[in-house]
Amino acid sequence: MKRAGSAVLALVLAGLAALMAWIVTRPVQPGRDVPAHIAGSIGDSGVSHPVTAVLLNFRGYDTLLELVVLLVALAGVRCLAPLPPPRGGAPVGGVLSELASLLLPVLVLVALYLLWAGASRPGGAFQGGALLAAAGILALLAGRDRFLWRFEHRLWPLASLGVGVFLIVAAGTLGGSGVLLGLPPGHAGTLILVIEGFALFSIAVTLVALFLGTGELEDREP
Amino acid sequence: MTGQALYAVVGCALFCLGFHALVVAAHPLRRLLAVNVMGSSVFLVLVAGSAPGDPLPQALVITGIVVAVAATALGLNLLLRLSVPAADGESGGGESGNGRQPS
Amino acid sequence: MAALNLLPLAPDLFLVVALLFTAWRALYTRALFPAVVFFVAFGMLLALAWMRLEAPDVALAETAIGAGLTGALLMAAVARLRGRDEERP
Repeated sequence: MKRAGSAVLALVLAGLAALMAWIVTRPVQPGRDVPAHIAGSIGDSGVSHPVTAVLLNFRGYDTLLELVVLLVALAGVRCLAPLPPPRGGAPVGGVLSELASLLLPVLVLVALYLLWAGASRPGGAFQGGALLAAAGILALLAGRDRFLWRFEHRLWPLASLGVGVFLIVAAGTLGGSGVLLGLPPGHAGTLILVIEGFALFSIAVTLVALFLGTGELEDREP
Repeated sequence: MTGQALYAVVGCALFCLGFHALVVAAHPLRRLLAVNVMGSSVFLVLVAGSAPGDPLPQALVITGIVVAVAATALGLNLLLRLSVPAADGESGGGESGNGRQPS
Repeated sequence: MAALNLLPLAPDLFLVVALLFTAWRALYTRALFPAVVFFVAFGMLLALAWMRLEAPDVALAETAIGAGLTGALLMAAVARLRGRDEERP
């Protein structure tokens, strides 16, 4: 009975997929030419890469809310009762240890480079933050978790730094020009870099904390 | 068919594939994978259905990817919480075998 | 010949077939660990698709977050679930 139901569903969904494919390939006349509009305004945005300009300036409000969503997910995870630590796996081998020694400085460097490069070429806070989080996770997997003691009781202040700085800038723009997150063209570049810097750090902390999951940070098995 | 349209069509197919897996699968982890595939397929349609290099859908998709990983992390922890017994037993608090302090 | 019109699309066709295959295997493999491996592969192929769609920022984000971080999270979860209910459909 279940197999028959699954097959019928598959048939219905195949039809739906065909319908959606037909709809999606219809030519559409956009109401306004958004890429041209963005290209026209990019001079005032403080950066020269259009995606960064959209993320941090034109749609900065969405990015602020996205950072808050990360914190909400972290709150949800931290609310859960602690899981037992995972049953011990194999001890850290030589290859992983050597690889970690080589890769960790490179990852941190590339993450900071992406932060800087995001102004003029592909990069930005999210990509850099994810890379920094990957560096943290690699360190954890290779057994180098002594950096965790710095974050023991400061998880929430550190994770909220990105949102906090973003809110300060937003309040400043609201007070200054009356437009929420309307970055003044003269200082937009600097403001974006400041926001992205703190956001990168907070994103990395939040993602590593999400990976660690429940339980106290200092209770991990070595 | 241009390259962009091809990816948009594949996005539709992946969406339906993910939805079928979501309905049919019993294990919660498989359902999480299905939801992730559905999300990625929506991103594909969003970017492939717009002009090449259009920054607006790209920014939306980057936001979506980050939100998806946050939701997946929360979902995985919930899944583990539901299927693995608590560290200090169901009574909550009290002696535990690994010295963990109840917070 | 009509077939030659498809030649510029060849990398896209390969990528599309690979995307569909890895997604299908990720969702319908019996064991959990291979499913997660296929899912990470799907993420990496998706990053290539973003590059073909002229979205390098999205490709960076997808590789680091979608394939890398989600893969790490999933593998950690599968390790905790190992042997418990691997064969559930």
